[in-house]
Parts: sequence; C-alpha cells; structure tokens
Amino acid sequence: MTNEALQNNITKWFPDAEAAGLTFSEEESQFLNIDISPNNLIELMSKLKSNEDTSFDYLFCLSGVDWGEELGVVYHLESTLHRHQLVVKVRTPDRENPTLDTVYSIWKTAEFHEREVFDFFGITFTGHPNMKRLFLTDEWQGYPLRKDYEDEINMILK
Amino acid sequence: METTTVQSNFKSEEYFINMGPQHPATHGVLRLVLTIDGEIIKKVDPDLGYIHRSIEKMCERDSYQQIVHLTDRMDYLSSNINNEAVCLAVENALQLEVPDRVKVIRTIIGELTRISSHCLWWGVMGMDVGALTTYFYGFRDRELINDIMEETCGARLTMNYNVPGGLMFDIHPNFVSRVKKFVAHFKTKIPEYDRLLTNNVIFQKRTKGVGVLSKEDAISFGASGPVGRASGYSCDVRKYHPYSALDRVTFNEALQTEGDTFARYKVRIQEFWESLSIIEQLIDNIPEGEHRVPTNAVIKLPKGEYYQKVETARGELGVYIISTGTKNPYRLKFRSPGFSNLSLLNHIAVGGKIGDLVATMATLDLVIPDIDR
Repeated sequence: MTNEALQNNITKWFPDAEAAGLTFSEEESQFLNIDISPNNLIELMSKLKSNEDTSFDYLFCLSGVDWGEELGVVYHLESTLHRHQLVVKVRTPDRENPTLDTVYSIWKTAEFHEREVFDFFGITFTGHPNMKRLFLTDEWQGYPLRKDYEDEINMILK
Repeated sequence: METTTVQSNFKSEEYFINMGPQHPATHGVLRLVLTIDGEIIKKVDPDLGYIHRSIEKMCERDSYQQIVHLTDRMDYLSSNINNEAVCLAVENALQLEVPDRVKVIRTIIGELTRISSHCLWWGVMGMDVGALTTYFYGFRDRELINDIMEETCGARLTMNYNVPGGLMFDIHPNFVSRVKKFVAHFKTKIPEYDRLLTNNVIFQKRTKGVGVLSKEDAISFGASGPVGRASGYSCDVRKYHPYSALDRVTFNEALQTEGDTFARYKVRIQEFWESLSIIEQLIDNIPEGEHRVPTNAVIKLPKGEYYQKVETARGELGVYIISTGTKNPYRLKFRSPGFSNLSLLNHIAVGGKIGDLVATMATLDLVIPDIDR
C-alpha cells in the first residue's frame, strides 16, 4: 500500500483526529510518520496490526528518544504480507514520571525493547509484565541516554 | 503428621541456577537465570549488561567517521557488514552515489564475512553438543578468510574497511585470485561438514524437535536472519531491501519450515552455498574505477531521520539516525539482531532440558557485544 493509501485508511479510524493528536508527515524521512497522543496509542497499534489492509505484524525497531522538552518512543513497523513500512511516534511532556502504555500484547518483541527504553530513558510502560532495568543495575541513579544526564566519571565529553 | 513430612520431603521443588556469565555455552558474558524443576526448564531470565558500553551514547558525541569504528565492536563477527550499514545510512542521507566498484567489493567482502562468521558458528555449534573436532575444521577454513581480510585492510577481526563514501583502500592485487582459490577450496569442505556433523545421528537426535519456534512467534518476537528463516519466515533483507550490489545477483533465500534447532542449523549450511554463489557472480566482474568518492572532512547530515537496514550474519541490523544538521547525530539507535533473537529464548526453551538449552543457544548464534552494545 502506498503512503497516501495508508494515510487515507488510518484517517478513517479516527473521526476526531485533533483529539487523538493524529498527524501525518513525510518530511525529512523515508517513511510515513504518524504522531499519536499516548491515550490513543494502543487503539492505533492494535488496528495497525489486526486490520487486513495494513497488517503491520513486524515491529522491527523500537527506540526511545529524548526530544528535549518531551520524551517519547518511535516505533518502526513493517508488514510481512504487504511489505510496506510505517513509523509511529508517541510523546509525553512529563519528564518527572513519564508513562506510556505497553505494546507487548501486540508484538512480543516489545518486552525487551521497552525494558531497554525504561533503562535508558526512564519511561515506564504500564501493563508490561516485567518492568525493571535490563542492562544497568537496579541501584543505578538516573537514565543515561537522556540529554540532561550527567556522570563526571563515566562520560568523556569533548 | 508423619505422612505429610514424608510427602513434603519428596515434593518436586523449583529452584534457580545461574548459567554464566562465564559459562562456555553462552559464548560471552551473558548470564541466564534458569528456574528449573529437576532437569526441566521453567523459565529463562537473561541478565544483560556485563559488557555494555553504551555505544549509542558515545555516538552522540562522535563524528560519523568515528561511529563506523564503534560498530565493529558490536557484532564483531559481522564487522564489515556493520560498518557498511552506517556508511550506507550516511551516504543515503548525503545523497552520495558511490562508484560501482565500491558496491561490488562491499558485497563480496560482506559475503566473505558471512561465511567466516558461519564457519566460527559451525565450529562452536559442534563443540557445544560435544563434537570437538568441528571446532578445528571451522577455524581452519575461517583462517583463510582472515588472511584475505588481513591482506586487504590490515585487520583480521575489526576491519574498519568501509568509510562514508567508499572504501579506505583499494583491494590488494592478489584479492581476486585468493578469493577464487578460497571459493574452490570451500566448495570441497561443505560436503565434509555435512559428513562430519549434519548427517551424524547423535547430532540429529540432539537437535531435531528441540527449541521449536513457530512462524507467527518468529515474526512477533522480531526474529530475523537464520533464526527467522528456519521457521519459514521469509525475512532476508538482501531480498526485500537490497543494498550495494545485491540487486544484480541471483540467489535463493535459505528457508526451512520446521523451526527447530536442526532447521536453524540447515539454514546456515545452505547460506554457505548461497554466499559462495553471490561471490562467484561478482568476483570476475569487479568494475574499474575509484574506490572512494571524496566527502567533506566534517560530515554534517541534513536535518531529518534516516533508517538503514542490512543483513548481517545474525539477521537484520538497523541503524536509525536522527540528525539536527550538526556534525554529530542527535540520537543514533542500533537495532541489533541478537537482541531480538535473545528475547525469544525463554519462549522456546521452557519445557526442555538444560542440555537442550545449550543446543538451542548454539543455533541462536548470539554474540553478546551485539546484544549489550
């Protein structure tokens, strides 16, 4: 399916696009990018996977990103049936206690990837079966991949 | 009262043991916390981070040329392919067209790397299930590729041969003849591998029906490379998103449907043949030309997001770059194949025995620095 057809399809699922924070963009990226509000994330993701026309069954990359003001997660999706690709982004302005819903029930690969994001960005995923640090020790203070993280001993800055 | 005491003495009990971080079967510093009931595995909980260096954080302070060097240290057995992934991402972002010669050489070197990695895997796979001879045979043939690499770029493991814009040096004058000699040699060795291990009855009994992964689960867990293809999941990046010179060669995707340990083994043996075929198609037709196009000394990627995926010996490696237009990436994420492949270990090992876990681990072909990054 082309990006345009994908966009038309997905727009139909959300009659009130503004309330769902749904925006599309193809600028500065090779994929179609979708922004969605955290409240509508699971609804969108479930439909992306279960809908026969989209059928995004392969979550090939899940990355945490610190955009400065906001923290968030970028999901790279591909359909093994139609071979089209899509990027979904979700952002939260809460840096103190960021929380998003888990997509573990949709793609099992999210279990490890979300733990990695929790470890390095401190985003808690509600509904995750095992939400604890993956690489770092439990006593570790702070979240190293955040832009405001400081560690005078372990980080060499130029 | 008496009877309850006796019964509780014989109650089966779950307890946990540590496998690793120095266990030989984990091939590196990976610790598996096994919950077991007798010999039956109830749960596998990987404990990671023993060699985590936070390469992604380092990338945020390094230039793009420097980042290429860090990627060697992830999956060190696919170092050339990792280098290529970052170079392709940077070249695509700069819209830089590399010469045909570079594309062909990159593909040949990539396939040699794959054979070399699979040779090592084949050796240790046999060793893990008790066939020690394979280790020496695998390393004997891998050595020939290492020699070619050493002559080409001076290094045997962490090559750093790719740079954004092409290759660091041109190939050595001996390269073509040595590769041809290797291909002819290795073609006589794969049947030997089959006679020694593939057709061995004990080996087959250790691996058939063990660690079965269904196609649906393979996709859901994000399996890629030989692990996915052994479950009948067609996921070869070289087929679906061809890069470098892979769009001008014909090869079959190695596919099996059983999804067990033996199927994963067979996929890799089949990949030996496919890689040899790709090399044979290209080695006589390396185009003349430059081995590198000049780039700025300071590479600044235009503002935007770039994603490049390649097929390493272990599966799909993704490089996701977010650039704000400066000389460093704002965020760089490596989607490593081993990380996703490890996440399905618990799923396929539960219900089996500890000995089966060792065989299963061997065919997942984990490289721990690739997982820990």
